[in-house]
Amino acid sequence: MKYSLDFAPLASYWPVFINGAWLTLKMTALAIVVGVCVGTLVAFAKRSQIKPLAHACTVYIEIVRNTPFLVQIFLLYFGLASFGVRMPTFAAAVLAMVINIAAYAAEIIRAGLESVPRGQIEAAECLGLSKWRIGWHVMLQPSIEKVYPALTSQFLLMMQASAMASQISAEELTAIANTVQSDTFRSLETYIVVAALYLVLSLFIKLVTWALGEYMFRRRRVVRRAAAQAGKVQPAASTAAVAIHGGAA
Amino acid sequence: MSPIVKLDHVYKSFGSNQVLKGVSFEVAKGEMIAIIGASGSGKSTALRCIDRLEVIDKGTIEVCGIRVDSPNVDLKQLRLEVGIVFQSYNLFPHLTVQENIMLALRHVKKQSRGEAADVAIRVLDQVGLKAKADAYPEQLSGGQQQRVAIARSLAMSPKVMLFDEVTSALDPQLTGEVLRVMEDLAAGGMTMLLVTHEMAFAKRVADRIIYMHQGTVWETGPGEMLDAPKTPELHAFLNNGL
Amino acid sequence: MSLGHFTFTHLMYLVQSIGWTLLLSALAFVLGAIGGFGLMLARISPRAWLRWFAVVYIECIQGIPLLILLFIVYFGLSVYGLSLPSLVAAGIAMMIYVSAYLGDIWRGCIEAMPKPQWEASECLAFSRWQTLRLVIIPQAVRLSLPPTVGFLVQIIKMTSLASVIGFVELTRAGQIINNTIFQPFLVFFLVGAFYFALCYPLSRWSEAMEKKLNVANR
Repeated sequence: MKYSLDFAPLASYWPVFINGAWLTLKMTALAIVVGVCVGTLVAFAKRSQIKPLAHACTVYIEIVRNTPFLVQIFLLYFGLASFGVRMPTFAAAVLAMVINIAAYAAEIIRAGLESVPRGQIEAAECLGLSKWRIGWHVMLQPSIEKVYPALTSQFLLMMQASAMASQISAEELTAIANTVQSDTFRSLETYIVVAALYLVLSLFIKLVTWALGEYMFRRRRVVRRAAAQAGKVQPAASTAAVAIHGGAA
Repeated sequence: MSPIVKLDHVYKSFGSNQVLKGVSFEVAKGEMIAIIGASGSGKSTALRCIDRLEVIDKGTIEVCGIRVDSPNVDLKQLRLEVGIVFQSYNLFPHLTVQENIMLALRHVKKQSRGEAADVAIRVLDQVGLKAKADAYPEQLSGGQQQRVAIARSLAMSPKVMLFDEVTSALDPQLTGEVLRVMEDLAAGGMTMLLVTHEMAFAKRVADRIIYMHQGTVWETGPGEMLDAPKTPELHAFLNNGL
Repeated sequence: MSLGHFTFTHLMYLVQSIGWTLLLSALAFVLGAIGGFGLMLARISPRAWLRWFAVVYIECIQGIPLLILLFIVYFGLSVYGLSLPSLVAAGIAMMIYVSAYLGDIWRGCIEAMPKPQWEASECLAFSRWQTLRLVIIPQAVRLSLPPTVGFLVQIIKMTSLASVIGFVELTRAGQIINNTIFQPFLVFFLVGAFYFALCYPLSRWSEAMEKKLNVANR
């Protein structure tokens, strides 16, 4: 029997889809902001001279990076529930995402920190700058610019990982899809629509992160403009480099 | 008058390799000292020890009355008195030239943004790069970057400035502009120690030359010393043009 | 609430399911590698339509969650009357997903090969395919090993999603056990530990290869 695609029954669910997409976006944005902050702290902590602290960070990062996100969510939500700690699904999902993204961000940022030439740190020390100032002005700022592509790829992967929150019944986009398709019996169409919505969300996040990058890294903008005026060609090195260090969630 | 910099029987090893084997010398206020020697003679190490980038094993180092070798030395105070310029300039790539100079002025000397900007422009003018204040380091030539590095240290108003082979990484054409800046600084009365390979410059401008060999001060004297080396080692060194 | 006990049988059930995890991972990797290789070639093809197809495919697949892709394949197959085991649906979905990512990673490696290599081959009268086969790809393989092995780790972790469409791999086995004895912390801790045991050695291997590569390049 031939099945014909029929998207019409889904039209009335439009606001439901938008709601789900909005929640996905909120979860992802919140997780990214908190996760990057935590990840930055972990990146510095892992490089610290206090051996137990550095060790603990390594253990944390390796555990998160070598276990599936789905299992992490289950452990957090159901595991804590069995100890009597109940939390709303939104909070649990965001918490799991923060823990996950912080580990990846920490590794990415740490690689950036380590690529700061020793000479610049020495120069900063010899100018009398305190350790914190050096960490912020001389190490972190150029590092974020350097690892920005890898970091933003991670954000996209995190948004996709948010789909797994549907498995603990958080009301994000995938969960909405499950509900709608069981209501309308139009399963294939529903998931195709939802896939398209995720694509839109991906494009949106890419746009926002690009704009943010342009705003934050004015050095790139200034140098690019000056070079264009002088008629020189800028090398597009970053895309190949990011593709090689590919995906990861 | 007490010397601004004083090294007394300084020893320093890296692992099993003893690089400084009892280095002693003094620098008076306003003097320009050129330290020359072959690679491995310990000259850069000696310079770095003065600003406590390396910690010595034995001996004493005194800068502007501060005991650098003491374990609880006030590093901030020391680094306010001493300015150092490196071979690889070490400018901060994500900041403009002016911001590079203002960074320490604002956060170490706690100057306001306006004050720091004024000082930055003043020192940039001194090294002839006022026009490049808003450029980024990658847009400048090596010689220009090195002059910015000198301006950055100068802005902190140090009492003594150290130069660690600052022209060694530069093309010959660019070396001249940096040496000119250094000559002006010396004429202005800055106390300077330079580790350098520029023999002609050293002979012409330095008040005294220290020749280091295998971790100790081998010969020392005014520029004319290079015309009449007393020891065979200095003779060999000068003839090899190293 | 009945709190069952975790028995040795349960443990063995988990261990057996690892075999299915590995099978699905291998399937996804092999099929995805073939697809990825093709995509990579398309992406660097001189023919514009091939390039566009590859770009659109990669951008689309990389923009949607694997879970959604899984559902599309699973429900897509079932509404068109095909009743295939969940392993097949999972395999197909993962093949589509993996090929997009591997294709992109490998494309990056090829593009990182210096232009002079292409020019030298051209001057030796090599055809484009010969250049790729004899000069570029052999060199690019070295560069591609760390990220490819790293992605293999991702594949193993992603197989956990197949649990959602009922395929009994490690995560599903854990859910089944948990539904009978209600000890989620213990069960998922063990599940996590097994995944860790599978993934960690591969991660270290990938890191080791990367370090060696960087040392060689210095």
